[in-house]
Amino acid sequence: MTFTYTKLAGALSAIAILGVAGTVQADYPEESITYVIPFNPGGESDVTARFQEPILEEILGVSVNVTHRPGGGGAVAWSEFQNGAEPDGYEIIGVNIPHIIGQPIQRSDAGFETDNWDIITFFHSTPNALIVPADSPFETLDDLVEYARENPEAVTLGGSGTYSANHLDMLRFEQEADIDLTYIPFTGTGPLPAALEGGHVAGIFNYTMLGVQMEDRARVLAVASEERVPALPDAPTFKEQGYDIVGGAYRGVAAPKGTPDEVISVLEDAFAEANRQITEKQEPLGFVMEYITGDEIDEVIASLREAYTPILEAAD
Amino acid sequence: MDMLLQALASLLTFESFITVLVGVSAGLLIGSLPGLTATMALAVLLPFTFSMEALQGLIALGAVYMGAIYGGAFTAILINTPGTPSSIATTFDGYPMARQGRAYEALAAATIASVVGGLVGVAFLLVLAPPLARLAVAFGPAEMFWVAMLGLTLVASLSSDSLLKGLLGGCIGMLLSTIGVSPVGGETRFTFGFPPLQGGVELIVALIGLFVIPELLTMAAEGRGALSKEGGFGKSHVSILQVAKRIFTKPVNLIRSCLIGQLIAIIPGAGGNVTSLVAYNEARRFSKDPDSFGKGNVDGVVASESSNNVMVAGSMVPLLTLGIPGAPPDAIILGVLLLHGLRPGLDLFTETGVLTNGFILSMGLAALMLLPVGLIGGRLIHRVVIKTPYYFLMPCIAMVTILGTFALRNSLLDVGIMLILGSAGYFLRLIGIHAAPIVLGLILGGIAEQGYVQTMLAAVIDPIPWLRLVSNPLSKVLAGLVVIGAATALLPAWLERRGLLDKVSSKAGGDA
Repeated sequence: MTFTYTKLAGALSAIAILGVAGTVQADYPEESITYVIPFNPGGESDVTARFQEPILEEILGVSVNVTHRPGGGGAVAWSEFQNGAEPDGYEIIGVNIPHIIGQPIQRSDAGFETDNWDIITFFHSTPNALIVPADSPFETLDDLVEYARENPEAVTLGGSGTYSANHLDMLRFEQEADIDLTYIPFTGTGPLPAALEGGHVAGIFNYTMLGVQMEDRARVLAVASEERVPALPDAPTFKEQGYDIVGGAYRGVAAPKGTPDEVISVLEDAFAEANRQITEKQEPLGFVMEYITGDEIDEVIASLREAYTPILEAAD
Repeated sequence: MDMLLQALASLLTFESFITVLVGVSAGLLIGSLPGLTATMALAVLLPFTFSMEALQGLIALGAVYMGAIYGGAFTAILINTPGTPSSIATTFDGYPMARQGRAYEALAAATIASVVGGLVGVAFLLVLAPPLARLAVAFGPAEMFWVAMLGLTLVASLSSDSLLKGLLGGCIGMLLSTIGVSPVGGETRFTFGFPPLQGGVELIVALIGLFVIPELLTMAAEGRGALSKEGGFGKSHVSILQVAKRIFTKPVNLIRSCLIGQLIAIIPGAGGNVTSLVAYNEARRFSKDPDSFGKGNVDGVVASESSNNVMVAGSMVPLLTLGIPGAPPDAIILGVLLLHGLRPGLDLFTETGVLTNGFILSMGLAALMLLPVGLIGGRLIHRVVIKTPYYFLMPCIAMVTILGTFALRNSLLDVGIMLILGSAGYFLRLIGIHAAPIVLGLILGGIAEQGYVQTMLAAVIDPIPWLRLVSNPLSKVLAGLVVIGAATALLPAWLERRGLLDKVSSKAGGDA
């Protein structure tokens, strides 16, 4: 089933490229653009898309329709998009790292491939952060590492999902620090504050946003970014503390494979401008604005794939 | 207090009233269409609130939320189809009432119960938010497991004729909940190599399929409308004041249902889907005449509708104080708060107290607004249902159902799943397995699984991991309730089989 689908889609997109390439781009865009969000309304991807929508519409001069196609942690929409979307620039989809790296490795039937599209840009990231309650005995990362070394598997850390950005970087942290922790996956970020506050986990390995949100009730022991995050100036990075862990979730947008370069660059510019206009709203929430385009996209994916693949394959 | 008055003043503007009125009406309409849920109503509204001021935006969202949860009762009563998952329990007695020609009484009772429930929720939120929030975080994985187990004991009371068939239904539902990506572990299950099935069986899809399609097929098979024309609206027999009097002179049911609603609303992840079922079950358990439930007892409608409207404001407790969405629509409201730079926490009640209290009070206003909007809207919808011949009504409902299912996730597969489950549901109904236990299994299966696996993971270093399930005081209490619940459900059946109950009941009969 999958095989024929892929083949069919390949054939279709080949025809589409041949047929369309010469005619479309000059006046792109001419009609409304569908922007698929592969998650539920109300999540970070959705809220960001809603911010971008009016700005994109103004720049591109056509309407941009945000639609939701949740399911399977994004996989349902991604497999459908890779198998059916026309490469004409009128259908684009939100893509997330590490989901698009992890799922095809981990699942035999994810239905999509990490590279089988043209990623336009990654517009922001949310670095991972290790957060403990304000009354936790762990004042610093060293406290936690020391305790975990004496009591293997006793420290429970909650996070969003299995083999998610949270989980993968926690596994990297275990390797780097040579300790054993216990990871408890929750469905999404929503239930994590309650788990932390109610003392159901010793800490959470989630994103910087939660650290900002729970500022007065929790302590951020480390952030997995190159430099300190603007919204959390007092929270040290893992790097500062001697652990080479930089990672988190990257959000971006992709067009079907074979979309003309001119179309991609129009969209790339529009998203970059949208990003500049919403920086003021997003940075205080803990987002890190990114302008990753072109070859940098491949570099980011390659480096994270290199970091995560051994962990994922060991898990199988 | 000062802040409360200020908040009230900011609410008493023409603009706010219109916002609430329009919001409640729109919510009511969306909520009454199967497949269009409160969550979706809020999501659709979300972009419009970006251009509004923070308070106006929140008022609009609160009003739509309140209207949508209430709107689910309309179709539940009139065509045996819960418009939103939180009105499943309303169908149990609401629809039999409507078929007996007591539609007006059922709608009036649902309206009054919703108004009271909405106001009670607002009162709790204003007065008791901080202490209730502390209770909310006490529900960890182990507690959630027991909450789900407690919910599953409802299966017994939902299956009036045969316990075995009820349990069978519950198991079918729990099996359906395992399709897709597992909540803990992330592996795909039962997708049979078909990638779209990773999305699993969405609750609403199953709900629509299992409730609506069998009803439509029955209508078609019997060649009748949802309600008989002769039955009428029932207005001549009973007035709204009489219904109100009946409810308020015996307030125990209402009070109990509101308390249950509030308690469950603060448990993150349980939400309105479960509240009304639990409240219904308790109303029946404590009733002097439990056998009349399911056959058109107005107390069943009151229990379900009051508890689910308490949930609207009630679930804001963990949301506003801790940033934990108590029910799915709350996640969207959290998004709006963050967009406007409002961080959940106690600051929300002090520093930006005027705004927060204004939002809370506006939900009270929305609850009051349900009374006129609901009674007028109810009459209109009822007239449509009665006057339209079944051969028009049936395809119309079928079409709305299919559109609603598709719109949920923009998925044709969901429509297919809905139709398959619906057709299967029709035959299951014929052999006595009803939709309610199946849906209950589907709702609770996932919660139970997640709670259990998370607890076991955390207990990896314990010598006997299972003990972790009852290590906290709260989980001990909940486990005790599960045992009691199971016992009260199973004991009568056991006694009956042993022939003991016959003697008791015949003795009682003899005395009478």
